[in-house]
Amino acid sequence: MRTFEGYPRDDGPAGVRNYVAVIPTSVTASPVAAEIADRSAETVRATPHQMGTDPPAATRDQIERTLTGVGSNPNVGGTLVVDLGTEAIDADDIADAVAATGRDAETLSIREAGGTAAAVEEGTELARSLREGISGARREERGASELVFAVECGGSDATSGIAANPAVGAACDRLVRDGGTATFSETPEFIGAEHVLAERCADEDVRERLLDRVERRESTAELMGVDLRGAQPSPGNQEGGLTTIEEKSLGAISKGGTTPVQGIVDYAERLPVGGGLVLMDTPGYDIESVVGKVAGGAQVVAFTTGRGSTTGNPLAPVIKVTGNPKTADRLAANVDVDASDVIDGEPIDAVGERIYETLLAVAGGERTAAERRRLEEFAVNELQPNELAELRGDA
Amino acid sequence: MKGTVLGDAGLHMAARDNVVTAIDDLEAGTKIPRDGETVELAEAVPFGHKIALVAMEPGDAVVKYGETIGEAVEPIAPGEWVHTHNCESRRGRGDRAASDGEVA
Repeated sequence: MRTFEGYPRDDGPAGVRNYVAVIPTSVTASPVAAEIADRSAETVRATPHQMGTDPPAATRDQIERTLTGVGSNPNVGGTLVVDLGTEAIDADDIADAVAATGRDAETLSIREAGGTAAAVEEGTELARSLREGISGARREERGASELVFAVECGGSDATSGIAANPAVGAACDRLVRDGGTATFSETPEFIGAEHVLAERCADEDVRERLLDRVERRESTAELMGVDLRGAQPSPGNQEGGLTTIEEKSLGAISKGGTTPVQGIVDYAERLPVGGGLVLMDTPGYDIESVVGKVAGGAQVVAFTTGRGSTTGNPLAPVIKVTGNPKTADRLAANVDVDASDVIDGEPIDAVGERIYETLLAVAGGERTAAERRRLEEFAVNELQPNELAELRGDA
Repeated sequence: MKGTVLGDAGLHMAARDNVVTAIDDLEAGTKIPRDGETVELAEAVPFGHKIALVAMEPGDAVVKYGETIGEAVEPIAPGEWVHTHNCESRRGRGDRAASDGEVA
């Protein structure tokens, strides 16, 4: 069994980082949350996002689930929830749910504090106090089985399916063999490859749910009269050599490795620890998709990119892997693992081992390129009108 | 690497694939050996893009990874570039569903 050095948590698996999360409940509170994090210690991180103050009920549920999940991620030791005070989402509800996991959680209302300047001042004090409360935590040796490893792809080209994705998949296979959890998502990118995934489902129930989710995403496009070719593969994907969604999907699913699909969870739903390969039903937009998995408990993310992506996440380290030799060269300062040697004949398994070693080193504290550059994009998935209609039973 | 590299130019992912992926920016005239025969590139093909190994007619399946990735919509000769101009997806076709009066 391989190990990493992590921060023990009372409620579950160890964290790979020890952050205070400053979480706004709406776009209105986002700048205040960002300012609080900027003024506090380096280990205080904000998750500013774009969601409004009074979303429809189903959207509200999804935002609450996401923010609660983010605040309870193993990489977070303490949480400050910030609201304006007029939001439909109650900061206390989120703080209570986070506190139930054994973490210290505080709330801050901008209106009650007396405006943004006063709120920033009060919030900075709260964040520093939360920070002091967890500053005594020390890393301990933990089994790799405590890791939930999220895999994402963005800016795909033909090398994604040939080199980077199968190499990351080989790392997923190693982690699953060691008892951990690997997860990938982006259901629209299962279209055309779902028969391959369906054959690998652990049981009939998982198989039916997987096919149902794919059907739902595809029929959404059809109901709206949308030709997926316009968006999938994207114009950038097409420039990189991907012709159809089937081709993109067949390349995309290889990033999860070759083990049985043990389950599929909703966006931002808690991922099992020690669960093998588990899929998450998310949209194709990579920032929202990564956030869904971090909210589900993923401590580390691998992000494969052919054309080049620099994105990171505030709370989970993002390991950038490319299979494109030109991107490896051009974006060398943003790439953590160059998997393009696969094109020159290095075995996928050998690159997979390199990625697994990188995963364990990053879990133990080694910083990724995105972390060093403080690239910390964050966005919550907003349900679309047709999805809301379906959830209401109108569709 | 999975698959077979043909002539240091094209990557053949699975035995039944009727396309290869260019592993470099290839010029017209580049020769790709396959099963004792040679496929000559009819045009320049950029890195990562696909090249037909066999002749295809509209409606024929284009096969990569051993799976159908779409269908030819133009006649395609061996050595031609295969991309969005002559190959289309069979999936996620809301445009077809709408024009056929079907909604899945």
